[in-house]
Amino acid sequence: MGKWSVRLLAAVMMVMPLAACTTAPSGDESGVSVGGKAAADGPSRLETVKDRGTLICGVEGTIPGFSFVDTDGTYSGLDVDNCRAVAAAVFGTAEDIDSKIEFRNLDSTSRFPALQNGEVDMLARNTTWTTSRDASGGNGMEFAPTTFYDGQGIMARADSGVSTLADMDGKSICVETGTTTELNLATRTTELGIAVDEVKFQDSNATFAAYEEGRCEGITSDRSQLAAKRTGLSEPDAHVLLDDVLSKEPLGPVTINNDSAWFDAVKWVTYGLIQAEEFGVSQDSVESDVDSDSPDIKRFLGGEGDLGEQLGLPADFMVHAIKAAGNYGEIYDRNIGEVLGIERGQNKLWTDGGLMYSPPFR
Amino acid sequence: MTSTMPPTSAPPAVIQKTPVEWLKKNLFSTWYNTIITVVLLWLIISTLISTVDWAFTTARWEVIPANLKLYMVGLFPKKELWRIWVLLGMICGLSGLSWGAIARNVAKLFSPTVIGGAAAIALFTVLIPTPWPNRLILLGFELMILATAWIGRAITRNNPNVAQWIPAAWGLSFFVMLWLLAGGFGLKPVRSGDWGGLLMTMFMAVVSIVFSFPVALVLALSRQSSLPVVKGFAVTLIELIRGTPLTVWLFIGDVMLPIFLPDVWKIDRILRAMVVLVFFCAVYTAETIRGGLQAIPRGQSEAALALGLNTPLSLGLVVLPQALKISIPALVGTFIQMVQETSLVAILGLFDLLGMSRSILSNPQFVGRYAEVYFFIGLIYWVFCYVMSLASRRLEESLNTGY
Repeated sequence: MGKWSVRLLAAVMMVMPLAACTTAPSGDESGVSVGGKAAADGPSRLETVKDRGTLICGVEGTIPGFSFVDTDGTYSGLDVDNCRAVAAAVFGTAEDIDSKIEFRNLDSTSRFPALQNGEVDMLARNTTWTTSRDASGGNGMEFAPTTFYDGQGIMARADSGVSTLADMDGKSICVETGTTTELNLATRTTELGIAVDEVKFQDSNATFAAYEEGRCEGITSDRSQLAAKRTGLSEPDAHVLLDDVLSKEPLGPVTINNDSAWFDAVKWVTYGLIQAEEFGVSQDSVESDVDSDSPDIKRFLGGEGDLGEQLGLPADFMVHAIKAAGNYGEIYDRNIGEVLGIERGQNKLWTDGGLMYSPPFR
Repeated sequence: MTSTMPPTSAPPAVIQKTPVEWLKKNLFSTWYNTIITVVLLWLIISTLISTVDWAFTTARWEVIPANLKLYMVGLFPKKELWRIWVLLGMICGLSGLSWGAIARNVAKLFSPTVIGGAAAIALFTVLIPTPWPNRLILLGFELMILATAWIGRAITRNNPNVAQWIPAAWGLSFFVMLWLLAGGFGLKPVRSGDWGGLLMTMFMAVVSIVFSFPVALVLALSRQSSLPVVKGFAVTLIELIRGTPLTVWLFIGDVMLPIFLPDVWKIDRILRAMVVLVFFCAVYTAETIRGGLQAIPRGQSEAALALGLNTPLSLGLVVLPQALKISIPALVGTFIQMVQETSLVAILGLFDLLGMSRSILSNPQFVGRYAEVYFFIGLIYWVFCYVMSLASRRLEESLNTGY
């Protein structure tokens, strides 16, 4: 038996150095510039993405309606469709677009480092646009247009008699740590002069599970998330969303500072989705709309002018983006409206009294 | 005439007890024992009742069959799933051969326990909520294990030398499996980020255990070394890694490493996590092996030297085989722990079993199914860890030479 063990040992040791050669395949990440400050020196991320042939998009991966993996094993959600639109616009094709995107799940603490060290090209990860995150002296990010206007809310049990945040005095609230949510809660409670017991969790599922188990009397998160998760509670009607809105939470895609070419591409594709809804250009109609009589739509879809070229994108970049994901209204309905039943509210087009507004494409 | 044999005496009489007597002696001997028994019994029964009640009435299990593919292989492309089947078939075939080779001296390969176990597994396979072709393939694989075990035993009985080649076959198969997983060389490449679920968990566990072993051996031997530099290096590495939680190392590997490394050195994310796991596992294994080494009396290596063996030979032929043998229980403990610790990669957003579950829980269709989902993956972890511990017990028995 001793002999046998030695042979086994020798076999194992022989195999070990070879492990170095087994570098598993990844999206080719060569030429990726590191750090936000270095971004200005090297080639734009736009060129890097085009050369690589894959877009690495940072998503949350566990937020209903925004990004999750469905039973078929494909990503879906509002954020995910945003990535699809950008990828389709950059690569000039909507066909089999998922094979050209590498989704990367990032939790709230690792999202900015991942963007800064060049691990991901962009975030479409429920990220709230704030000054310190945008400022070059802060996190040094660039925020593309808001794709979802949210606000922080509080949910509590209907039978607890709580109807406003002030009623939560002396009670415990579950909150996800490392988010603006946590900070807003602290600010509002200080303003009201009440003391709440914050029970903190690293991920949103754990936060909701704890609330359902009754480990805290209230839970705070973005109102969209509260509404979404309420549908999954055992008795949805036993929980109420308080009227208090604790904060403004404009959520949108993010890229690194000092890379205007890449930022502009992401920004204008995102605006384009909103503009498409305003023009009434949908996933089904985009093919025929290319020959539209309206010069505005024609220019928008690349039939006229050189908007695409100016952005460093194919002339018909919006055609591909819309083919891949649909216009903003379609994206919203598919991922948020129909599935989670959340009213569009502030997320309506400006023409309908909402906040969704795209600068003109000309 | 005096006898040198000690006088024989009859063995102590076995006192037959009725179940009632047994209960009285063990559970209700005194008044406080009675209270403890009653209270614990009530606790166990009420927990059991509410669990069963939950499992059959409240729980909505449809989340498991609907996501079975995600649990097993994550985002692995549907068209390429045949590669996973081939991989599984290879593992089954090789396991059967190894089993046959190890059990070649056992009188009866298919004991009633084995047959009963196989029948239970077969029954379970038939009940898995997956399309029929899949169930038939799985049944086929089970038959293959039994068949290859029979063949392996027959071959190695006639020709024991063949058994030596089995480890080499496993080593070789690892690269074939890696090729099946990653693609290239004629197969469609699959991104490592698309491996997921049980596949990813097992891959990480196996790689971290197998590759950590040689590292651990070197570390353990270095720590015993009389050369200060070698010893110092081993001690520093072991204490540094052991003194920091695995989560911290995973974050360092995931977030900080790309900042420190030059641009050309872009290491795959999963590989980075695996390197961390390998080293983490290695330092714990190293300490276990060191314990085994210290348990071997000096006389053993002195005797080996007296026989004219040089240091590597005395280590390889005399000390290590004994040291590793006595370390098996502790080693298996470390390995089981490693299988479970791979679940920590979920915090990096990798889709191992736990990460996959978190994503499944975010599907609006299945929001709030925490208990079902976590119960299911808990069961998977338990099955694998229990099989490991069973296998290690068998290995201990077969290696038990009594000295």
